[in-house]
Amino acid sequence: MRFLRDFLDKHRPAFEKGGKFQKLHSLFAGFDSFLFVPDRTTRSGCAVRDAVDLKRTMSVVVMALVPALLFGMYNVGHQHFHLAGGEAGFWSVFLYGFCRVLPMIIVSYVVGLGIEFASAQIRGHEINEGFLVSGLLIPMVMPVTAPLWMVALSTAFAVIIGKEIFGGTGMNIWNPALLARAFFFFSYPSRMSGDKVWVAGLPDGISQATPLAEAYQGTPMTHDLGTMFWGLIPGSVGETSTFCILLGAILLIVTGIGSWKIMLSVLLGGAGMALLLQHALPADNPYSHVTVLQHLLAGGFAFGAVFMATDPVTAAQTGRGKWIYGLLIGVLAILIRALNPGYPEGMMLAILLMNTFAPLIDWFVVQQNISRRLKRARS
Amino acid sequence: MPKEIKLKRGLDIKLEGEADVGRVSPAPCNYYAIKPTDFRALTPKLEVKVGDRVKAGDPLFVNKYRPEIRFTAPVSGVVEEIRRGEKRKILAVVVKADERISYKVFDIPAPDALSGEVVVERLLESGLWPMIKQRPYDVIADPSTRPKAIFVSGFDSSPLAPDYKALLKDEREALQAGFDALNKLTPGAVNLNTQAEDASDAPRGVKVNLFSGAHPAGNVGVQIHHLDPINKGELAWVVSLPDVALIGRFFLGGRVDLRRRVALVGSEVETPACYDTLVGALVGSIVEGRLRDGRRCILSGNVLTGERVDAESFLGFYHTMITVIPEGDRREFLGWATPGFGKFSVSRTFPSFLFPKKRYRLDTNFHGERRAFVMSGQYEKVLPMNIFPVYLLKAILAGDLEKMEQLGIYEVAPEDLALCEFVCTSKIPVQEIVDKGIELMMKELI
Repeated sequence: MRFLRDFLDKHRPAFEKGGKFQKLHSLFAGFDSFLFVPDRTTRSGCAVRDAVDLKRTMSVVVMALVPALLFGMYNVGHQHFHLAGGEAGFWSVFLYGFCRVLPMIIVSYVVGLGIEFASAQIRGHEINEGFLVSGLLIPMVMPVTAPLWMVALSTAFAVIIGKEIFGGTGMNIWNPALLARAFFFFSYPSRMSGDKVWVAGLPDGISQATPLAEAYQGTPMTHDLGTMFWGLIPGSVGETSTFCILLGAILLIVTGIGSWKIMLSVLLGGAGMALLLQHALPADNPYSHVTVLQHLLAGGFAFGAVFMATDPVTAAQTGRGKWIYGLLIGVLAILIRALNPGYPEGMMLAILLMNTFAPLIDWFVVQQNISRRLKRARS
Repeated sequence: MPKEIKLKRGLDIKLEGEADVGRVSPAPCNYYAIKPTDFRALTPKLEVKVGDRVKAGDPLFVNKYRPEIRFTAPVSGVVEEIRRGEKRKILAVVVKADERISYKVFDIPAPDALSGEVVVERLLESGLWPMIKQRPYDVIADPSTRPKAIFVSGFDSSPLAPDYKALLKDEREALQAGFDALNKLTPGAVNLNTQAEDASDAPRGVKVNLFSGAHPAGNVGVQIHHLDPINKGELAWVVSLPDVALIGRFFLGGRVDLRRRVALVGSEVETPACYDTLVGALVGSIVEGRLRDGRRCILSGNVLTGERVDAESFLGFYHTMITVIPEGDRREFLGWATPGFGKFSVSRTFPSFLFPKKRYRLDTNFHGERRAFVMSGQYEKVLPMNIFPVYLLKAILAGDLEKMEQLGIYEVAPEDLALCEFVCTSKIPVQEIVDKGIELMMKELI
């Protein structure tokens, strides 16, 4: 890699202050530190440091997303061939999905990273790694039929309004990927919900409802629990396979990057609420027939619990706060699904809502610590 | 037997180059220095000029605002140099040592007649007073106050730290005399916080508390937090165990005898071992000819809190070890993406968590770039205190004194949060921020 290093060092002066390309300094620096870990040494404080950094952390999250993403691609193809008819082998099914999903990923990364680079340059910051994950999450929570310009617009909205105006990665209040989805959802509802958006290349006159939409309409679910667990059901690109999401969850928990407390408490909150509704709702309410497992396997519940709720920046930060935060997400997600007349899915709104309240939850937990200290001082 | 306090959170960083404490040899040295920079918030006023003759125990400089707090020469000799830095800040007062040390003689009353006032007076005169630090703030104690209790940590849990038992093997008598003197200084107890296996031969007149767990279990600040946390308006004093021995030696012999056993450790040391020297010795006298080739970083102290020095600078006033590790100024291709078998991380994103027994040759590479706070719950895993470190740090960054007070600034010293800095994904300079917080509190609230 000597030649690459030499090449970068040779062209570095052009990107420094006063150089020909000084406007692209952040781009160069970001690229340089991406290729080679900086040679910076500790000058004060601890002389040795833990080997982990944000690049490592984010790339582990990306790795955790890969099973769900690959399966999502396959599922896009599967749904298409399933409904449009026609026989296709494994690879052609996968390739179909791959060709549909890849442009979405590229658009999301190009738009998001472009804005990140620009704002890093304007503010004189280094480029943050946060968008490496958000950029992959955004296409995974969209329906595969989402037009690319909508993906681009939602991404731009999420990065600018959701993140950069607050100061960039680490300062944002809401999960950027979910914000992109929420923007899309409320701006173009007809492209985000209903029975016609979940399958790519759907022939006219055929519609395919997600399990949640079926629950919402009060029709019995066409898919059994096994299919829902493995994930060959219509839905947003990455959210359908609970199995693949669990693989990601295992990686996140083993590496300690995703909070198991949040994942578990979302699960407990959701299961508890689903159980309650199943028994408390009157029998003519369609949701009284939806079982706990159906709730947990349907829609974006698992995906949200594992990849969205655990975003360390927007989640609660204190240990006890994480339990409360997660429980409330689970409870609210199911509550919104069952009790609002507008739309079938509640996970996105539950997480965004609890993102908003996470600082308040933490405030109470920290306040407890403070009053314990004050009480001790008085006694 | 007191109940053992088991600390569950913390981290032992296993490094190569642990000292063989059985190997002790003398490290003769011609130059010694006392460095004003070793003492937090000190403005020094010189008492000597270049060329002056001093005896061991004669003042070199004093605290400008509290002239009774003196800093004295560890050896007799001639003042060789006043080292200065930017804006003529005094960095070190260097003394060229005589062949044989001649000591200034102090008048010590019989142990029974020793009162608290006399102990304070003699410690101030002899220049040993700075060994007594106060919490909050981790600064030299104010001699006009009295603490609610005195705390001494009986073990050093930091990476590669030598076993105090070995360093202080021949100091039983001095330790006893030191604890006797400290006992005159507080209406409360003198606490010796130690590990269960060392509790049996504790000196008389001390309250023994038992601690176990990973680093920072040996940090006195962490121990106080679990025994008798410091509230607003309260004072506790702390002394390190090797310094108790020096204080005891002074009260036994009536002279400033600062002989100190120091461990030379780290992966870049040929044979890590102990050396007999004095407080403030030239680093070169200990390290020269004993290091491996290559670019290396010499630290006075341990890898978490130590100060970067070179062979021409001097051992820190409070330090009992010198650590030498490789310099890490190299660029690694896609270093964040490789499996990283030689790297150490607590995050389990590297395979190091599969080999808990393995020792590492860690270098000074920063491993990444500075970022905003992103991860949560990371600091808490290595801080065995009931404190929210990130909230405290944010209060300091915001300069919010009231919040700092409420979140426990009185209970921490930078060294207690050093591991937070080590594990931080965002490479936040935690110790620097705590330093700043303490400085802010002292400026605003005195």
